[in-house]
Amino acid sequence: MKKQIPIYFVLISGIVMLIQYFVPSEESEWLFTYANDWVIVVGIFALALGIWSLLRTEFKKLKNPKEAFYAGTLLFGYFIMVFTGLKREWLEAGHLHMDLFNNILIPIQATIFALLAFYVASAAYRAFRARTALATILLLTAFIIMLRLIPLGPISEVNQTAVGWILAVPNMAAKRAITIGVGLGAIATCIKIILGIERTYMGHD
Amino acid sequence: MIKENAVDFWDKVMNLDRRWVYLSIAIVVIIPTVIPFQVPVATTPEVKKVFNFINRMEAGDYFYLGIDYDPSALAELDPMAYAILNHAFSKDLKVVVGCLSQFGVAMAETRLAELSEKYDKKSGIDYCFLGYRPYPAIVILTMGVDFRVTFPLDYYGVPLDSLPVMQGIKNLMNVKGVVDITAGNVADFWITYGNGRFGFPVALGVTGVMSADYYQYLQSGQIFGLISGIKGAAEYEELSGFETTGLASIPYQTLTHAIILIFIVMSNIGYFVTRGRKKR
Repeated sequence: MKKQIPIYFVLISGIVMLIQYFVPSEESEWLFTYANDWVIVVGIFALALGIWSLLRTEFKKLKNPKEAFYAGTLLFGYFIMVFTGLKREWLEAGHLHMDLFNNILIPIQATIFALLAFYVASAAYRAFRARTALATILLLTAFIIMLRLIPLGPISEVNQTAVGWILAVPNMAAKRAITIGVGLGAIATCIKIILGIERTYMGHD
Repeated sequence: MIKENAVDFWDKVMNLDRRWVYLSIAIVVIIPTVIPFQVPVATTPEVKKVFNFINRMEAGDYFYLGIDYDPSALAELDPMAYAILNHAFSKDLKVVVGCLSQFGVAMAETRLAELSEKYDKKSGIDYCFLGYRPYPAIVILTMGVDFRVTFPLDYYGVPLDSLPVMQGIKNLMNVKGVVDITAGNVADFWITYGNGRFGFPVALGVTGVMSADYYQYLQSGQIFGLISGIKGAAEYEELSGFETTGLASIPYQTLTHAIILIFIVMSNIGYFVTRGRKKR
């Protein structure tokens, strides 16, 4: 019973929503909106669960002297952002919440992302070596793509054409093959879930 | 003797400490700050199409701008948002701005506050800022039916029905098109559920590393334009004449790419020299 009810529920809602997608009518739109409201309601429960889980884990870490500093920083940041954003008007530019976001979070995230440039340079230096035929193709492609940002007079024009061809022909063919493969895989998985063959979403019980 | 020294040199190149690579990158990033210079930017058809889309609209026409990126992609994507918003406000277009990334909302609010002051635009009259909602696929599908289902109120808590800018506009089918600036898979949702389900035109602004993934949709017509990375942003700035940080960032990127290419060439020469020696 514990397993059968969710399976029937998934089967019925899966088939109904599948039919709904292809039926352009007012009733179908109402059903779609109603079902989406439910998704949002379920999502709100997931959010509450996530917050509870985060706080529980971090409060536990506070007791460990090795982790207390990081957990304390996280909890301090969490509560500061929650309390400074409690009122709708506090979320507008010029208030503390937005100042914290603009002057702390943005520089932190931008800095961490910018550090990637150093790792990419080091990785390119070691990885882009013409060891095999395939590695040589990869190397040449990367070389041509990166060269497009360097002004080299008439060579730049030829290079731009080569970049356009690489992106629009071999890249597109490969990406489409991957996309179609992923799409077919997703359809197969959805059918398995709707028909109750794939049941891992119910957990191990 | 000279030959032995050369072999030693290439041996050292092959085993170069990564900290030298880091130092080189740090130096070339500093150069344009100390000695400012400009790099010519060639415009590509995919960016021109986005520019033409905005440029050909008439005052009072609507379009939807998605600001769906995090601060981590700010350097690449913010110049696009700035240039497009500048361009739109200067042409008196009506802009509906929405966020499907939770961090995008704070950045959108800051940019809108700044640019609305510059062009004397009023929220609710000249533009509508919808704010953020989770679940991109659902939000896009719902906005295709009615904005008010997902966003009964705008970001500032004003009912959408009471906003002059939203009178006579029900859903995404009533806008001329969508330009989504994103650093994540929101772009896929716009293609699948926006263009796929409702058929409205979609253009994307994405990070440089993402761009290769979206050229396939350009050729199939599922997106009509593509702005990729800081180069794309610089192209849009060049076309529109609204310079922010896109064009200014190009010298940094050019020098960084140049030094990486030099390292790649050196590492390959070193590889072949030392490999030849090992074979002997």
